[in-house]
Amino acid sequence: MTTVTDPPRQAFQISMLWNDTRYRSYTFQAIALLLLIAAFSYLIGNLLENLRAAGLNISFEFLGQPAGYDINQRPIEYNSQSSHLRASIVGILNTLIVAFLGCITATIIGVTAGVLRLSNNWLVRKLMAVYVEAFRNVPVLIWILVIFFVMTAALPAPRAFRGETPQASMLFDAVAFTNRGVYIPKPIWETGSMVVVITFALSILGVIAYRRYTTKLLYETGKLLPRGWPTLAILFGPAVVMFFVMGQPISLEYPALKGFNFQGGVQVRGSLIALWIALSVYTGAFIAENVRAGIQAISKGQTEAAASLGLRPGRIMNLVVLPQALRVIIPPLISQYLNLTKNSSLAIAVGYMDVTGTLGGITLNQTGRAIESVLLLMLFYLTISLTISALMNVYNNAIKLKER
Amino acid sequence: MKKTLLLSAFAAAGMAAGAASAGTLDDVKARGKLNCGTNTGLVGFAAPDANGEWQGFDVALCRAIAAAVLDDPNAIEFVSTTGKTRFTALASGEIDVLVRNTTWTFSRDADLKFEFTGVNYYDGQGFMVPKDLGVSSAKELDGATVCIQTGTTTELNLADFFRANNISYEPVPIETNAEGQQQYLAGACDVYTTDASGLAATRATFEDPDAHVLLPEIISKEPLGPLVRHGDNEWGDVVRWTLNALISAEELGITSANLASLVEAADPSTPEINRILGTEGTLGEMIGLDPDWAARAIAVGGNYGEIFAKNIGEETPIGLARGLNAQWTDGGLLYSPPFR
Repeated sequence: MTTVTDPPRQAFQISMLWNDTRYRSYTFQAIALLLLIAAFSYLIGNLLENLRAAGLNISFEFLGQPAGYDINQRPIEYNSQSSHLRASIVGILNTLIVAFLGCITATIIGVTAGVLRLSNNWLVRKLMAVYVEAFRNVPVLIWILVIFFVMTAALPAPRAFRGETPQASMLFDAVAFTNRGVYIPKPIWETGSMVVVITFALSILGVIAYRRYTTKLLYETGKLLPRGWPTLAILFGPAVVMFFVMGQPISLEYPALKGFNFQGGVQVRGSLIALWIALSVYTGAFIAENVRAGIQAISKGQTEAAASLGLRPGRIMNLVVLPQALRVIIPPLISQYLNLTKNSSLAIAVGYMDVTGTLGGITLNQTGRAIESVLLLMLFYLTISLTISALMNVYNNAIKLKER
Repeated sequence: MKKTLLLSAFAAAGMAAGAASAGTLDDVKARGKLNCGTNTGLVGFAAPDANGEWQGFDVALCRAIAAAVLDDPNAIEFVSTTGKTRFTALASGEIDVLVRNTTWTFSRDADLKFEFTGVNYYDGQGFMVPKDLGVSSAKELDGATVCIQTGTTTELNLADFFRANNISYEPVPIETNAEGQQQYLAGACDVYTTDASGLAATRATFEDPDAHVLLPEIISKEPLGPLVRHGDNEWGDVVRWTLNALISAEELGITSANLASLVEAADPSTPEINRILGTEGTLGEMIGLDPDWAARAIAVGGNYGEIFAKNIGEETPIGLARGLNAQWTDGGLLYSPPFR
């Protein structure tokens, strides 16, 4: 039997908002919130009032009007008669293309450089230190311009490929490096090519299944099957066989000099390459530092323990150190991805038509709708940044230390 | 501390709203300085010379306005603007007048709420190609790569021209003239397109100007002129009539050489000259300036013809002929309304 009783609960009275310490903080917070809202609504009202006084009314009708300008890199159908909205979408897709390519290569470069920075080889270690310091400490805009100008100055113009004894020639007669970009062969899909593609897709599933099986076998019986060459065999074997069975349905269209430019094939424009390389190596340098920090955060005892079990250095890194280091690496990696995506807005420096170049550039200029365009740009970058953040957080939750 | 900061922020927001509505002419007089928006650097039109002094055809108009209003052709703050920033700079009041090879179009006049106060150069969009390309007409440019400054009317004209002629091209957008020059010379584009005057100015700076030709097609009308904000008519009048004074001066034979003697003589047989120079009538008073405002404007760099000859005429490296920009009496389009 308990003798302790709760004090009788007092009914709530208005005066308690002020007198009772339990409620007083809420009162102050509510007042502060109201003041904040009042301040912001005053500022926004002031802005709108001034805009109206200056004859600038917010309107998004311009998005439906014909854009009137052409864009060179068009992931979707677009011509100068398409609307400003479509031009913006082309820009958004171009931003996503360079951000996607950049994030992948930056990760590869960054992880490689980060691991090599801890190498026992003095030369490798110092080379990586030079790379990281050089690229991390020069603004990315400079790198974009440097790479672009070097490309346009060093690579031959298409007209150098012309004539009886051309000054420049194509690599394997298939790839042309020009100062307008790199022209690569384009695959032509004929009837029956679908079968080959499906076979290849199934092969990828097969590879995943095989690797799962080897892992399971290793954990259960300790037997280690080879993984390298069977992966390659499963990946390409069936597809190659099917390619010949179906009578070679996939052919390549080679770029050829015709008129002013190379025609045919796929053109990877110089602006995309310059932007892609610059963003990758710049962000890669930051990622390298994150990776190094992550690896060094893992106690040396882990490496020694793994070594005493007889693991080779490569296995120690891949099986023991990196999985733990990822927990430290992922959070700053997210912000590097965001940085890369946002830095891609420097694209206009080399004439790459990203969303800042179309919506925030030409559309803004031609329509004079600066405020609307900038608002839409902010909305886009906010959305894409939050999406990347969310995806990476899901990944982070999947690999972080599960506390039980 | 925080409170004062917030309050001053509010105060600043309120002030900015108030300042924009006052008359620009009074602002300029009170400030003692004209804020003139110009190009970031286009030789012949607006570019700093070896001494860092801004020189050029557009700059000369800015100086004439400053002389008319403030009696000092150097009381100017030159604000470099790009094709992208120029309209925001003018709309926000950062500059008083924009003289930057800006094409007078319907939408800029009506939608962007600016007032074009005349035309100081009649231009048209042209194409420049290397001579060894062997192209003699823009219609042979099917499949060519074209360098083009973004944020200008030229990219719309270009799209229209190629669509109308049903030929394809690849646009390479570039930010500044200097960058376009570099791309064009490196062969990253086959063709460089902008206003014909700009092409001539750019070609003049090449190591070997003769290796490049301007194609005969002029694909657009580009009346370039100074512009001010909508709704400030007094200031618009000052800019408009300063330009007209320079044009009329050429028509009537007022030059920097004979200006002083004309003012002194005030010959009754030439009433319009006297009205311009302020020795007869009260024209200056009507636009809120001193009687000798136009004389001061002409004194800076001479009349329109002198300014043209000195900065972009055939004797200069840019070498532009008068063409459309001759007086109407010489078969050109320059036609100033009368001073009376």
